[in-house]
Amino acid sequence: MTSLKSVVESLLFVADTPLTLDRLCSILEEHDRRDISAAVAELLAEYGEGTRGIYLAEVAGGWQLRSRPENADYLRRLNRSRPYRFSNSSLETLAIIAYRQPITRAEVEYLRGVDSGGVLKTLLEKKMLRILGKKDIPGRPLIYGTSREFLESFNLKDLASLPTLKEVQELTARDLLEQQEELPLPGLNVNSTE
Amino acid sequence: MTVASPADIILFPDSYQTVYTIRTEAFEGPFDLLLHLIKKNEVDIYNIPIAAITRQYLDYLDVMQELNLDIAGDFLVMASTLIQIKSRMLLPLPPDEEIGEEDLEDPRAELVRRLLEYQKYREAAVSLAQRELLGRDTFVRDFAAPELAEIEPEQERLEVELFELIEAFRRVLATVPEQTFHEVGAEGLSIADRINELLLLLQGTDAAVFENLFIGSATREQVIITFLAILELCRLNMVRLAQARSFGSILVIPTFLDAAAEAVTEEDLDRDFA
Repeated sequence: MTSLKSVVESLLFVADTPLTLDRLCSILEEHDRRDISAAVAELLAEYGEGTRGIYLAEVAGGWQLRSRPENADYLRRLNRSRPYRFSNSSLETLAIIAYRQPITRAEVEYLRGVDSGGVLKTLLEKKMLRILGKKDIPGRPLIYGTSREFLESFNLKDLASLPTLKEVQELTARDLLEQQEELPLPGLNVNSTE
Repeated sequence: MTVASPADIILFPDSYQTVYTIRTEAFEGPFDLLLHLIKKNEVDIYNIPIAAITRQYLDYLDVMQELNLDIAGDFLVMASTLIQIKSRMLLPLPPDEEIGEEDLEDPRAELVRRLLEYQKYREAAVSLAQRELLGRDTFVRDFAAPELAEIEPEQERLEVELFELIEAFRRVLATVPEQTFHEVGAEGLSIADRINELLLLLQGTDAAVFENLFIGSATREQVIITFLAILELCRLNMVRLAQARSFGSILVIPTFLDAAAEAVTEEDLDRDFA
């Protein structure tokens, strides 16, 4: 007899997008929602032990089997692909939209201080953004938000799991502190070579 | 070290002078540049020495101009904002009865607010980039159609370097014998005609090898016209050039999906160039 856990694991293995609990429940209609949830939790714990090359990631409101980040170097050889890169301006724009959505192009440009039409277009093409509608102000500008693919790409469970901007600042402040400790002792002339 | 062949010397007579690139720190925009200057000068963001920073900012724009970089309008807007702030700080406050709220505020306050706001998102961008990115740090199984996997590992295309394309063209050109007689009168082969022929050739294929498109181009003129036609198709986004690996053969991949791709006419070209 196959266990529910093994069925859920098979589904997660074959699915090409993260599976949500709702989706799992609609596929496994003969099972109780609570049992399915428990099966997922068991799988999460098992993959979380860290002995396997794949783990169960909580992304975009669902679960997806992914390769371990520690093995990334080897996996890049498999596909012979260069690591997928976001430019600084893309990341900046994505960050603004992720935290401030719904947002218009003009608002993005005000925050960045620079024309952002090209970046928005690229991000739309990469499906990182979606258009949420039109703002009810003169000109009816488009309103942008982040997409499910954004959550998948950045390994985010949902938007609420983005670190708050305050946490981000504390994090970078701590980084600066750590960097300072590596500097020579005060009193030493740093520029002695000049 | 290998000695350059005569062909290289003729093709690129001054390569050593022109090929080196100038590296500058690329700034995303005026805020980025300003934050850089503030950090470099180790000054307090709440008390920016506006005269010094403005001068350095303008110096930087000068350098960009010298390097023939296009200075985006946004940089110039910021320059005028800085100069305006500087002049407002130099002017004495108006007499008491005329002082408005705007006059009492530090002229730099608005700029500082926007800089801090921007810095917040820039830090957020850094923390986004540090996440375990799909396709960089973590991978899922690839569900692309197997026949596409041959040409396109993932969605990443290995684009052809301009130099390699020129090299490939030179190879093709070398196979065509130099014509020893001079022919008067036009061949009558136009780029638009050649484009349509190429489109017919490419229709229904996944990709064609660059060199194979020159089969049937017997004269130098025809080879050149074929090459120009391929470049034009690239520009029109109707084909893209890719290599499965570096120094591999260059593939010409049609990007028009439906077979009913519109024929390109001279008029289209003229209109586009206008």
